[in-house]
Amino acid sequence: MNLGTFFQHMTNGISLGSLYALIAIGYTMVYGILRLINFAHGDIFMMSMYFAFLGVAVFGLPWYIVFPLVIVFTGLFGMGVEKITYKPLRDAPKISILISAIGASFLLENVATVFFSGLPKVFPVPEIFARVIKIGSVSIQVISFIIPVVTIVFLIGLLYLINKTKTGMAMRAVSKDYETARIMGIDVNRTISITFGVGSMLAAVGGLMWGSKFQQITPLMGIMPGLKCFIAAVIGGIGNVKGAVMGGFILGMGEILLVAFFPAYTGYRDAFAFVLLIVILLVKPTGLTGEKIAEKV
Amino acid sequence: MKKIISLTVASLLMILALVGCGKKEAPADSNVIKIGVFEPVTGANAGGAKWEIEGIKLANKLYPEVLGKKVELVIVDNKSDKVEAANAASRLVDKENVNAVIGSYGSSLSIAGGEIFKNAKIPAVGASCTNPMVTLDNEYYSRVCFIDPFQGTVMANYAFGKLNAKKVAIVQEVSNDYAVGLAKFFTDSFKKLTGDDKSIVAVANYNTGDTDFSAQLTNIKALNPDVIFAPGNFTESAALTKQARELGITAPIIGGDTWETQEFIDIGGKAVEGAIFSTFFDAAKPATSETEKFIAEFKKAFPDKEPAGVSALGYDAYLLIIDAIKRANSADPEKIKEAINQTKDFMGASGIVTLDENRNAIKSAVIKQVKNGKFEYLDTVNPTK
Amino acid sequence: MKKNSIYTLVALVAVVAFIFFAQSNLDNFTLRILNLCAIFAILGLSLNLINGFTGQFSLGHAGFMAIGAYTTAILTISPAMKQMIYVNVPIVKCLENLRAPFPIALIIAGLLTAVIGFFVSAPVLKLKGDYLAIATLGFSEIIRILFTNMSSITNGAAGLKAIPQATNLWWTFGIVAVTTLVLTSLINSSYGRALKAIREDEIAAESMGINLFKHKIIAFVIGAFFAGVGGGLLGNLITSIDPNYFKFTITFNILLIVVLGGIGSITGSIIAAFIVTIVDQMLVALDMPMNLGFINYPGIPGIRMVVFSAALMLVVLFYRNGLMGTNEFSWDGFFGLFKRKKKTGGAK
Repeated sequence: MNLGTFFQHMTNGISLGSLYALIAIGYTMVYGILRLINFAHGDIFMMSMYFAFLGVAVFGLPWYIVFPLVIVFTGLFGMGVEKITYKPLRDAPKISILISAIGASFLLENVATVFFSGLPKVFPVPEIFARVIKIGSVSIQVISFIIPVVTIVFLIGLLYLINKTKTGMAMRAVSKDYETARIMGIDVNRTISITFGVGSMLAAVGGLMWGSKFQQITPLMGIMPGLKCFIAAVIGGIGNVKGAVMGGFILGMGEILLVAFFPAYTGYRDAFAFVLLIVILLVKPTGLTGEKIAEKV
Repeated sequence: MKKIISLTVASLLMILALVGCGKKEAPADSNVIKIGVFEPVTGANAGGAKWEIEGIKLANKLYPEVLGKKVELVIVDNKSDKVEAANAASRLVDKENVNAVIGSYGSSLSIAGGEIFKNAKIPAVGASCTNPMVTLDNEYYSRVCFIDPFQGTVMANYAFGKLNAKKVAIVQEVSNDYAVGLAKFFTDSFKKLTGDDKSIVAVANYNTGDTDFSAQLTNIKALNPDVIFAPGNFTESAALTKQARELGITAPIIGGDTWETQEFIDIGGKAVEGAIFSTFFDAAKPATSETEKFIAEFKKAFPDKEPAGVSALGYDAYLLIIDAIKRANSADPEKIKEAINQTKDFMGASGIVTLDENRNAIKSAVIKQVKNGKFEYLDTVNPTK
Repeated sequence: MKKNSIYTLVALVAVVAFIFFAQSNLDNFTLRILNLCAIFAILGLSLNLINGFTGQFSLGHAGFMAIGAYTTAILTISPAMKQMIYVNVPIVKCLENLRAPFPIALIIAGLLTAVIGFFVSAPVLKLKGDYLAIATLGFSEIIRILFTNMSSITNGAAGLKAIPQATNLWWTFGIVAVTTLVLTSLINSSYGRALKAIREDEIAAESMGINLFKHKIIAFVIGAFFAGVGGGLLGNLITSIDPNYFKFTITFNILLIVVLGGIGSITGSIIAAFIVTIVDQMLVALDMPMNLGFINYPGIPGIRMVVFSAALMLVVLFYRNGLMGTNEFSWDGFFGLFKRKKKTGGAK
């Protein structure tokens, strides 16, 4: 493999990895607070892309107005999903919430299929994002430069929110022990709603970036990214935002390098993510940044 | 709250049962000939099937009667799912008592339904399912399209003969039996044509639903093939063609008939300019007078869409059954099947159809190219027999 | 007690008579649906053992079904057909002439699935709740991806066809009965109590001396066995299989059945399997246009699946315990239903 090809692979890997990282952050946030795998996260990500499609292709608004609107709207949408599917089950056994999450995920997918049909739609990519830059023999889309930047910006923003604001403090309290947090006067319901809202907004940002990079949307497209980004979050240490970013990059790079060095095994690319998950869960279940949590009896 | 929900659900179920049961017992009316339409109306294959169903409906509109009896279409949804395909097929032959069946888009669904049609002795005509296994060992299944071995060979010949390719890289949708089959036959033919066992420089895989092909394409770019053969569904193919162009790959990218949809051009945009693929017919070069009729009718119904290949095939499948009924002078399924299997030089919209001993159509393939956002005719390849 | 035994015997005779009648008189479509109901009952029961009784949230059922289905298929398709079907890559020599009669093929399928189930679950059993769910889902996907790529063994994406249709009501209903018997005796034994204890509180169970690993593995392996058998029956019913069928969607369908019937109720799973399969067929009417006399409903394709997902949500939100909760069928309860109706004068 010559140097040019290697560099191309590296840029592909960074591009994909930062995309996974962006979506993984949303996942890990929700898990950190609620100890709940939001199976519907991937589908909220998918819905945000359809919202963007509706805004630009159907209503004819320009992208710089639609994109921020989509982010806000998806945040609200996510909060709505939480109110309907998770809030009523907050005190129920874990298995009920998991089933509810899966049910919500399927419901979103099927509703999207009914409304938008299974045929792929073209995502309204802003012209400047779609251009390709050539450096030597390496070709990079403009969007591939933007995604890591966006990821880091939001990472910093999120860390600020969690560590330096009152809302963030409430989130951390609720994630430690929500009964006690409630006694301390924290409005647990509101905190959880806000967490979901922020998580969904991040999913929307991820969706807009994904759509700009890959440019097509189908109702079932959220399943694989959803699962893979959850795996990325686990690899990095679930509940830890920095870990999620790390996990995303590891997974993205790993996938690309697998195909780069073992082209005969490209069919197994998706399996790679799952194998990595199982290995991590067996070797270091708390992930790369996780701390050991003593199990209270 | 619970009570209201239970009552609502219970009453809805009752209404459904009444309606459902009411529809089920369809008596065999001897003045109506029923043709079952066995297609995926929902599910993963629904997008492609939609145009096939439209073609069948068009044919029914133009030729609503045969032997003095009205022809009725019974559409069932196999949900792009094998178990449901078996159920839907069973519904057609056991409950609706159809005389013949058309379908399905998606060879694996045809295969699932095939056993049932065989056991019930109802003839089935495939419109666009190209996997050889559909008609294998099943004398009740025939088709109006050619099969994958032929298509793969056609593209190999084109790559070698017209594009002067000596090295080809293959990118196949490994979870799609159509793509894998096409790739294999292409490989066999191409290796024979070049006499070089190493002429296929790479075989890269991807899965249905994948969106990122950068890694596979980067590897292929390094090998510098003359042509890239990428059989697969149009969604993934359009995306991968785009990524290939973005990576700076300039080699021609060729594929199979699944690319002939409006969505391929919509998604691919400028990147798919120049893409070449084999397909069943071309609107600009009408093969028969029937073709002109079909195109005129299609344009009337869908003024801003290119007539899709599968629509013409669905149209032909319907016409073939009608023709067979006329030849057999009977609506008896067994006689229809005999007549179908003897089809020779049938003038269809998608070309002249003669069925070979495996009940596959011996037909020419048409090579098309994407030019200026439209599908343009390049060449016709006749079967070598 | 004696009265109950007589009732059970009478019921069994009635079912046998029904199967006799059905096999010769009912049309193929109805037979097919009945077979499917029974197969999904077997699958629901096997998932219920793992998820409901032992409280281990496993989402790997699709993978187990795939193993079972492919095993019976490879063992029952004739060697001549195998040569023809494996078009792209010829079949591995050792499998080509391997043949077994249907019952043996089923048992081998079940055993193979159980063995693989053992190796799959052993490493991940110490995971809890969500993690176990994703890990088992991962295994299921890995199995599917393996089957798609190992063309010389499974014929890859093209799948297998010409599987002899050996499944009939005797087999399906018979195996439902066997599964129910095995499960009931397991649940009512000390193993069963240990499993329920694990479900309620793992740490307490462990401190009471229950070997967590051993019991969880038993549940998984038995669940896997019946899932494999169910998969085999399914393969021989539809006569063709391919890896794309065994996606997460079918695990979801079986999960729906388990939740609807009541997590932890054997009777519930069986009843739910029948209800879901039959209602699914009735819902076909929703996807097609229909004339209700006063309303012309144009038919919204895809609404069927929306209804299913909504149903799962409704059940989990409002009827968390499903139809039967954790109760089982008992003759007293059954007659009690009628007695209550009589008392209130038939009013709802």
